[in-house]
Amino acid sequence: MRTTKLVEDVTVDLLRMAVTSLPEDVLTALRLAEKEETNEIARIQLRTILANVEMADRRTLPMCQDTGLPVFFVSGRCIPHLEEAVRRGVARATSEIPLRPNAVQPLTRANPGDNLGKGMPHIHFHPSDEDFTEITVMPKGAGSENMSALSMLNPSQGARGIKAFVLDTVVAAGGKPCPPTIVGVGIGGTADEAMLLAKRSLLRRLDVPNQDPDLRRLEEELKDALNSTGIGPMGLGGQTTVLGVRIEDAFTHTASLPVAICLQCWASRRASARIFKDGHVEYSKEGFR
Amino acid sequence: MSEKDVRQLKSGDTVTLDGLIFSGRDEVHIRALEYAREGRKLPYDLRGGVIFHCGPIMKKVNGHWNVVAAGPTTSSRMNTMEPEFIERFGVRAIIGKGGMSQPTVDAMVKFGCVYLAFTGGAAVLGAEGIVEVKGVEWLDMGMPEAMWELAVKGFGPMTVAIDAHGNSLYKGVDAKVAKNVAVAKKKLGLFG
Repeated sequence: MRTTKLVEDVTVDLLRMAVTSLPEDVLTALRLAEKEETNEIARIQLRTILANVEMADRRTLPMCQDTGLPVFFVSGRCIPHLEEAVRRGVARATSEIPLRPNAVQPLTRANPGDNLGKGMPHIHFHPSDEDFTEITVMPKGAGSENMSALSMLNPSQGARGIKAFVLDTVVAAGGKPCPPTIVGVGIGGTADEAMLLAKRSLLRRLDVPNQDPDLRRLEEELKDALNSTGIGPMGLGGQTTVLGVRIEDAFTHTASLPVAICLQCWASRRASARIFKDGHVEYSKEGFR
Repeated sequence: MSEKDVRQLKSGDTVTLDGLIFSGRDEVHIRALEYAREGRKLPYDLRGGVIFHCGPIMKKVNGHWNVVAAGPTTSSRMNTMEPEFIERFGVRAIIGKGGMSQPTVDAMVKFGCVYLAFTGGAAVLGAEGIVEVKGVEWLDMGMPEAMWELAVKGFGPMTVAIDAHGNSLYKGVDAKVAKNVAVAKKKLGLFG
């Protein structure tokens, strides 16, 4: 019973942390971009973003009115009734912080006003033998999520097919996903697995390179290419189109090469907590290493 | 705003806004056009006014709505409805992000309207420029989709991204991007 209340409180805390302040790695990348950007309109966009983030943090207000859909990743030790506790936390956070009530029925567009509904919030469970339960929230805004793309490439298209698909997708998205974005790419698995890999890849800090040397090179190559397009912040031109490219892979079928892209806006909001057996909680905006 | 005021604005200008603006995104566009086609009046007269592509976060305190966060939403979702919206309701400015398609640009030229790009996600700054929530209509569509009447002062900074003469920063960027992408593809070892 007490653990359930704790999970509810942690859920509210995580959502508040995530929507009101950016992880340090994202802030650092934005500040660097502002310093290096030479396009005047682009610099205004980046300065406005940084001023806005600073104000949101200082006043504990949501930095963006689109506080997203509440997407949760839960791993480690299982806690009974966790889902119910997270749901209560989401409803409380919606009225307390407040979050924008974004969750609607897809066809009628009916909005219950509390960000709850069938399949909402999204909770991805990965139980393991740790002595803690880790909960990460990634509020996902629609501007960037609407630009998601999936392609079931032919294996013969290989790395070149992947590069072309990433480039074409980001160019087609233009200013719509609120660039500078972070480009999450999922390679392999099945169609659904590729999409989830792309989303999960966005949880990796911008200052933590890919552990796989081939993927690391591919990330860097794509980042350079995307920043050479000139789309720029908000699609108004400039050299800062992406803050980073994140790639995650998984084994796939010998006849398949699924590639999924999940874009994240500059407001790459995330927050994590570890709940230990004895009830103590550790928080990290950037995510535990 | 008068047509003359609007026609004087040039793409690339930086502006701030004082006065009244109305929020309106997907559902407002759908319902407003339905009303107009049925010959019904909208709750607000938008003639000469400003429409803000925005779904704000509002909080009711002591019976009065306060704005918490209000930045622009992606304008392209309104692409198919905006030309008719501009023609029927006579709006002089659209505030949004990401730009709009050519039919909307054409309507802006024909009827005298500009597109003001506000930095996406800059919602606290947006709220800072809103001095009062004067009213709300169509709240049955939900908080983000309702039509909010907002008094603003020093709202911005915004960039005139499409002016009433058809000049568009986005078009300029698109042309450069097409050239750059060809170079980038070659560098990545891709064809075309």
